[in-house]
Amino acid sequence: MRILLEAKQATFSRAGEAVFRPVDLGLSGGEALVVRGANGSGKTTLLRLLAGILRPASGEVTRHAPVAFLGHHAAVKGDLSCRENLEFKRRFSASASGLSDSRALARVGLAGLGLRPARSLSAGQKRRLGLACLLVAPTAVWLLDEPYASLDDEGCALVDELLSEHVGRDGAAVLSTHQRQPRIGDGRHRTLHIEGRERLE
Amino acid sequence: MTVARMTALLRRDLRLALRHGGESLMPLIFLFSVIILVPLGVGPGPNLLASIAPGMIWVAALLASLLALEQLFRPDLEDGTLEQWWVGGTAPPGALVVTRLFSHWLVTGVPVILFAPLAAQMLYLPSDALPTLMLSLLIGTPVLSLVGGLASALTLGTNRGSVLLSILVFPMVVPVLIFATGAVTAAAEGFSARAHLGLLTALLILAVTLAPLATTAALRLNIE
Repeated sequence: MRILLEAKQATFSRAGEAVFRPVDLGLSGGEALVVRGANGSGKTTLLRLLAGILRPASGEVTRHAPVAFLGHHAAVKGDLSCRENLEFKRRFSASASGLSDSRALARVGLAGLGLRPARSLSAGQKRRLGLACLLVAPTAVWLLDEPYASLDDEGCALVDELLSEHVGRDGAAVLSTHQRQPRIGDGRHRTLHIEGRERLE
Repeated sequence: MTVARMTALLRRDLRLALRHGGESLMPLIFLFSVIILVPLGVGPGPNLLASIAPGMIWVAALLASLLALEQLFRPDLEDGTLEQWWVGGTAPPGALVVTRLFSHWLVTGVPVILFAPLAAQMLYLPSDALPTLMLSLLIGTPVLSLVGGLASALTLGTNRGSVLLSILVFPMVVPVLIFATGAVTAAAEGFSARAHLGLLTALLILAVTLAPLATTAALRLNIE
């Protein structure tokens, strides 16, 4: 299986101090990696590093396929409607193969809210809109930072389902979580525990 | 891919600008407030107004550009759309920075350029000087957006950086103001404005070459 995302001894430092121990990982299609760690241990930093938003202080990160990153913020514009946000995502990624706007919205449980300004959505609904963005512009690698945050039980199950489908289509995913045990596909995923600066010292 | 991203961003930026209808009218409201209020203060004599017209129109253009700078990158930083520019590490964020600056110019510079003839008429600017005024605005207002964009990116990390922003922008745009108004005044007095316009063009070339690079680097620092 082709490697989609690779990190070799990658780490990131703030003010000269490494945020977490150097990470080695290789992710190929059909694999999911769950990043676990305490608050402040650098889960978000690692995901941003893998996404390319941050540059490694040492080591290297290689992306062999397009990646999508869903962070703490859903990266949607409150003044645009849900549909317009999805339309932007599709054009921005120059993607033609994704779900249509209404199907993506229905898939994440926002059917009928296409014309509502994203500003009027609740925190959980915004997360769902962020997930819909992943569906209209499919990429091989998903990097999800705390995807279960502010979602209800049904929403968490939805994340598990979407991840299972994605991995089932030979996609790869890295997600961080500190609470829920993800249920992806038949339960086969690797877990990476990262340790923050406190424990490095 | 890059072009698709640029057009997608430009479409969204303009759509958002239209949706904030009131804010998009601010440059024009500014221009006409200055042009209507200043004669009330200094007196309506045609000679006096004609001599201060280039300065007034240019100061209005400058303030209009400055007003929108605070919001140039900050909302995108806060809602997480800015970091998406770097996701994947392949598409050049510099192209997106240029696109954002272009939409800032479209929203703040172009309305002032379009309504400058009317403003010039209201201030008795000699009609011979009008082409030079238009040309100076056409060359100079993009410099305001480029320089302002850099200052906006640099102050992004500070909470409510608008004071710092103005302090950073003003010294950098003073040359633009001097050469642009110099050009229009020269034309109004019947001299050639080519030297002033030449220097203004040099400023534009300098800003176009360096500002997007520096702005991209400053944004990157704020994202990290």
